[in-house]
Amino acid sequence: MTGRPVAECAAAARPWTPEPAPGGSRLTESLRTYRLVAGMWIRSTMAYRTSFALTVVGNLLITGLDFATILLMFAQVDSLGGWSLPEVALLYGVSATAFGVADLVMGSMDVLGGRMRDGSFDTLLVRPAPVLAQVAADHFALRRLGRITQGALVLGWGLVSVDADWSPVKVLLLPVAVLSGAALFGALFVAGASFQFVAQDAAEVQNAFTYGGTTLLQYPPSVFGRDLVRSVTCLVPLAFVNWVPVSYVLDRPLPLGLPAWTAAVSPVVAGVCCALAGLAWRTALRSYRSTGS
Amino acid sequence: MDGTPGAHGDADADVCRDVDGAEGRAVGEPAGGAFVEVDGLEKVFPVRRRTGFLKRERREVRAVDGISFTVGRGEMVGYIGPNGAGKSTTIKMLTGILVPSGGRLRVAGIDPARERTRLARRIGVVFGQRTTLWWDLPLIDSYRLMHRMYRIPDARYRENLDRLVELLGLSDLLNVPVRQLSLGQRMRGDIAAALLHDPEVLYLDEPTIGLDVVSKARVREFLREVNAERGTTVLLTTHDLQDIEQLCRRVMVIDHGRLMYDGALAGLHEAGESERTLVVDLERELPPVRVPGTRVVRVEGPRQWLAFPSSQSAAPLVARVAAEYPLVDLSVREPDIETVIAKMYAERSDERGDGAGVDTPGAVR
Repeated sequence: MTGRPVAECAAAARPWTPEPAPGGSRLTESLRTYRLVAGMWIRSTMAYRTSFALTVVGNLLITGLDFATILLMFAQVDSLGGWSLPEVALLYGVSATAFGVADLVMGSMDVLGGRMRDGSFDTLLVRPAPVLAQVAADHFALRRLGRITQGALVLGWGLVSVDADWSPVKVLLLPVAVLSGAALFGALFVAGASFQFVAQDAAEVQNAFTYGGTTLLQYPPSVFGRDLVRSVTCLVPLAFVNWVPVSYVLDRPLPLGLPAWTAAVSPVVAGVCCALAGLAWRTALRSYRSTGS
Repeated sequence: MDGTPGAHGDADADVCRDVDGAEGRAVGEPAGGAFVEVDGLEKVFPVRRRTGFLKRERREVRAVDGISFTVGRGEMVGYIGPNGAGKSTTIKMLTGILVPSGGRLRVAGIDPARERTRLARRIGVVFGQRTTLWWDLPLIDSYRLMHRMYRIPDARYRENLDRLVELLGLSDLLNVPVRQLSLGQRMRGDIAAALLHDPEVLYLDEPTIGLDVVSKARVREFLREVNAERGTTVLLTTHDLQDIEQLCRRVMVIDHGRLMYDGALAGLHEAGESERTLVVDLERELPPVRVPGTRVVRVEGPRQWLAFPSSQSAAPLVARVAAEYPLVDLSVREPDIETVIAKMYAERSDERGDGAGVDTPGAVR
């Protein structure tokens, strides 16, 4: 194979070295990529201002109606599974805010399957940037701030109207629960995205766990059957988003008779889930098959 | 350059092979002769087929079946083959999109599957059938993203952008949303986007597909220039034989995942024993034209089709026909690449009998 004509001016095209990502730990690189891509999506959305305004209004209305169903229920009953309205509001607020954050940050991962089908996922893979960050920022939509706003409002109302015996630990526990919950839902999004490599139309399965999970968590664990509570605690540990920490804050017995200290393990549970999801993502990416052309 | 020697120790070992004449090259990078090294590359896709209710059959499809070649720095190579031959799969492995099932692969000394991100800074990719540009945003916004994502130094970015905009005629389009561009304009925009970061190798997958004649010519002209002036290695897959003829000294033909031919384009016609066609319009209907070295394949009124070997010059044939027959008009038609390859493939499998040979003769020279 030697002796083939090679253009004389070889290597002329490399006067600058693109090598190291300056200060490039993987995390900072991912955050940088995320910021860049999300910024492009915000600008893209602004190309259709009217459409953006309408979706923001629509989003606020829909998420607003979400809590209205619970209010309607309490118009008929005084308590739900032994929980009063402010207590349920606290549950709802923690879950909805946590989910809202995760949804804003990586809620469009269900478009991944479509990207793989039409081949545009390939174009993300030839960029010098972490793919997960690119996928998470894909279709970044500011309208999702609506859900966070609504969740935070309900949470705030729950906090002022609930009758709890506050202590420093309990005060600290709530923001920790919200952040861990966001990480947990984020891990679910990533796990769902990984599953889309195997079954490219599996976005709905993912939505069942994420959107379905957050709806489930808006109600006290006592209204559900023991088996469901058990699987939501042990299999997909959603219970640690709000059921466990909020039960502790309200001095209620923890679901499944868990000891009191488990109220503080939400960050650990979230960390483990994120690690597992990361592993699933790496495995899935290596098995990527691309499309025909 | 190599931060993790353990990850590609075998790359370094191979680099030592042909050290001669490779002055001043970066450590860990192959010597001048081999910029892209592919050795026994394989890609196997498991395919599950539904054969009944809940019953499934597992089968393996070998999309790329033991391909070996090297491409030197600054070469311009055409990679051709019929649909489903494994062209795109090879390119996807070279760019790190797909992980190979077997074989060895190095681009600029980097294993694409292991260090996709590091490799990405040094390669440019243009997918003819899908754009990497931002649909709803002005063209310039996509370039600004490249600027930041690839961390191109400001001065270099400005310089490259100005040059590409001028060469590709994009100056009036920079502020137009990509969705409003024509296919040809978008393709030029995509090519510019792939070259802003001074890639050492440019992969183009069907760069002229669907373009009109003028746009095709413009793209080809530009690629020739990039290759000649910047020394960028270019690897392009195409269906269009003219792309190859006008751009590449070397062509690789792949079919059924195997390399059928690797060499000059002229040699391909010889290898495939392909025929060109001389179409002659006579003054009136005449019996079939008889010229040695040709055979009449079709007669339609005063128009006749004469086939002759591609290796033979058309000039003496034309002179002969013009001298002996009342000629009104004529044209020469090049053989269709798919026909050449189909013919070549049929012959090869005849030679091998059952087609179980390890490598086709002449595939690697």
